[in-house]
Amino acid sequence: MRPNLPIGLAAGAALVAGAVMSAPASADQTLRVVMHSDLKIVDPIWTTAYMSRNYGYMVYDTLFAMDANTDVHPQMVESYEVSADKLTYTFTLRPGLAWHDGSPVTSADVIPSIQRWGSKDSMGQKLMEFVADMQAVDDRTFTMVLKEPYGLVTMSLAKPSSNVPFIMPASVAATPSSEQISEYIGSGPFVFDVENWKPGDTVLFTRNDNYQPRSETPSWASGGKVVKVEAVEWLSVKDHQTAVNSLIEGEIDYIESPPNDLLPLLEGDENVALKVINPLGAQFMFRLNHLHPPFDNVKIRRAALASINQKDFMQATIGDPAYYKECAAMFICGSALATDAGADIVLKSDFELSKKLLKEAGYDGTPIVIMQSTDVNVLNNLGPVAKANLEKGGFVTDLQAMDWQTLVARRAKREHPSEGGWNVFMTSWTAADILNPIMAAGFNAGCDAAWFGWPCDEEMEALRDAFARETDAAKQKEIAEQIQIRAMEVVTHAHGGQWYRPVAYRSDRLDGVLDGPVSYFWNITKK
Amino acid sequence: MRRLAATIPVLGMVALFVFLMLRMTPGDPAAVLAGDNGTPQQIAEIRETLGLDEPILVQLGIWFGDLLQGDLGQSYFFKKDVTELILLRVEPTVALAITTLVITVLVAVPIGVIAAYRHGTWLDRCVMGFSVFGFSVPVFVVGYILIYLFAMQFKMFPVQGYKELADGFWPFIHRLILPSITLSVIYIALIARITRASVLEVLGEDYIRTAYAKGLPNRVVLLRHALRNAAVPIVTVIGIGVALLISGVVVTESVYNIPGLGRLTVDAVLGRDYPTIQAVILVFSGVYVLINLLIDLTYSFLDPRIRY
Repeated sequence: MRPNLPIGLAAGAALVAGAVMSAPASADQTLRVVMHSDLKIVDPIWTTAYMSRNYGYMVYDTLFAMDANTDVHPQMVESYEVSADKLTYTFTLRPGLAWHDGSPVTSADVIPSIQRWGSKDSMGQKLMEFVADMQAVDDRTFTMVLKEPYGLVTMSLAKPSSNVPFIMPASVAATPSSEQISEYIGSGPFVFDVENWKPGDTVLFTRNDNYQPRSETPSWASGGKVVKVEAVEWLSVKDHQTAVNSLIEGEIDYIESPPNDLLPLLEGDENVALKVINPLGAQFMFRLNHLHPPFDNVKIRRAALASINQKDFMQATIGDPAYYKECAAMFICGSALATDAGADIVLKSDFELSKKLLKEAGYDGTPIVIMQSTDVNVLNNLGPVAKANLEKGGFVTDLQAMDWQTLVARRAKREHPSEGGWNVFMTSWTAADILNPIMAAGFNAGCDAAWFGWPCDEEMEALRDAFARETDAAKQKEIAEQIQIRAMEVVTHAHGGQWYRPVAYRSDRLDGVLDGPVSYFWNITKK
Repeated sequence: MRRLAATIPVLGMVALFVFLMLRMTPGDPAAVLAGDNGTPQQIAEIRETLGLDEPILVQLGIWFGDLLQGDLGQSYFFKKDVTELILLRVEPTVALAITTLVITVLVAVPIGVIAAYRHGTWLDRCVMGFSVFGFSVPVFVVGYILIYLFAMQFKMFPVQGYKELADGFWPFIHRLILPSITLSVIYIALIARITRASVLEVLGEDYIRTAYAKGLPNRVVLLRHALRNAAVPIVTVIGIGVALLISGVVVTESVYNIPGLGRLTVDAVLGRDYPTIQAVILVFSGVYVLINLLIDLTYSFLDPRIRY
């Protein structure tokens, strides 16, 4: 008898479908998450990579933390006192803090952790310039003695983004900051399952059952970090379309950074929620190289500033006005230091002003080398927009396309653009990295010590120093305003607009997704 | 043994070429490692730690020295031995390659033979039409179409992911079916076309007419006489096609989120993880050379007139 092909195929399909349907339902308490990248470096002090920072929030805890109003609250610290001369800070740790192996967290762990972070992070380095001494008084109490009053002590210890001052065991924190740590014990709400780590594929965190959360309501990284799932699994799904399909099909629970062009697919699914968890968002940065012509001339830098405008950048990259905002404040609209002073020039292009400034400066038509990143979704279109606007403003440009990794290598080159250097590149900063002029790298105008672009301005450095020393919040805001005005005068950089990207998650399963500049995985329940 | 020994200089040349290519390619692993907010000072520090500030010849000497001792180096990112990383990724890629080859041979050879036998008919034109389609449509497009149909519409397969064989045969094979079909489309197109051409050529030979004259049935003539004699070019193309398979694996593993060697390669290239890139390309080259060596050896089996 000849086999009947259609019946055979139908039977095969039924067998497969039956097997799929009979698979056990996903009733587990593991949160499956696709992060914006995969975890490579498991030392959040050694690198500024955001994935390592996110890993740090899972495994470690911090002395202080920032809330949604950017106010600072104690986290591992129970209480602290500041002496009348504002030179001695005495901190007391909460009782019951323990490392993942059960041993207690003590002052002897905290001090080397601060020292290691302080040797690496720019805000930490600034703090350490003012620190004369740190001493453990007892297991739960330690002091920080300053050389002179410093206004950013608790703000520094609550720094929300890279590098975050995570507290590590003394033996781990003793690792020189130039080397990566090799033990992964923290005191945070999750335990890193190093045995089951598959690099480039999956990272597994299990709930730290010994963790003693604070009693306050969670807000950003402050308050009670109550873990309500058994485990969190970070899956590395490189293909955005595959990640989105997987979320729609319920194979995963959460995507940290779905690209804007795929949002309409998710908006159409009733089981998926899109939520902007970071209301301060991120900010594009237009960075100029001060070392070489023509941007070694301040008038030509001002001309570039007059040529660009935020709206063009954001329409080309974000598209949907629901996810971007024109904002003159360099320290982020909605933050404590937000001000429009001196910075509204970036809201509207003035090509005639640009041409006038170029003529006055004697611009000789030297092509501006613009580095364009082509493989980071949200940065891809910034280069062509910059080129178009600079050319309308009278510049000659040379747009050079490259992948992001090539760009980050090339931006470190100080050579002339014709010898492998550059004139302009654009990037983006999460708001939590640029909330004040000490943490925001773009304002550093310390010549060789400055961030790529190497602006050099004594007045700016004096203002930043004054900001750091000021202990009164109102006066700090006044200085920040002067810093912003100065940044626009010397054109350290320009702010290309504030934008937002929602997280996407299964609303039929998850509840309690927190706001924050980072994806936090405590407080989330899974049905 | 002589042919096996000849592969050593080939791999040596590949190693040298890959090393120099990487050093000439723009990009700096230290800048990637430092992160987006990394300062120039931090980048310089990392370059020194990794030995990237040494002259290229010194770096080459160190790498070759380690290679001769069987040490492929340590990943800049994961701080793990590259050998360990590769071993973690071998199973998914080998599984994907084997299932793809099985599907390909089971589909491509019969349809190629049938197309040759029914030369000039609608069946032949359909096979050739499919072949053109298979060559023309990029692997990722085939992948997305199959995911849309069979994972999202008919709910027969998962969208993405991989289960190890140790987790059970059904979960393992269930997640491999769509990726393997995706990857095999271009391979089937190639081999079906070559099979058709080879069998067609053989079918015009005198000994085939003789076989028919002896009264042998079609099946015996096609399989025992025609296909056997057409096998050498088909097997050759299967060997050459391994290169096609390797490039397809890179894309297929990304689309289906399979943690294999293809994805390891892409990640390493994007991150400028030199030790990993060098090692993976060396492994792929070795596999390619060895498979072609095996193919050469099978010629003697398929055609006893061929001797080495």
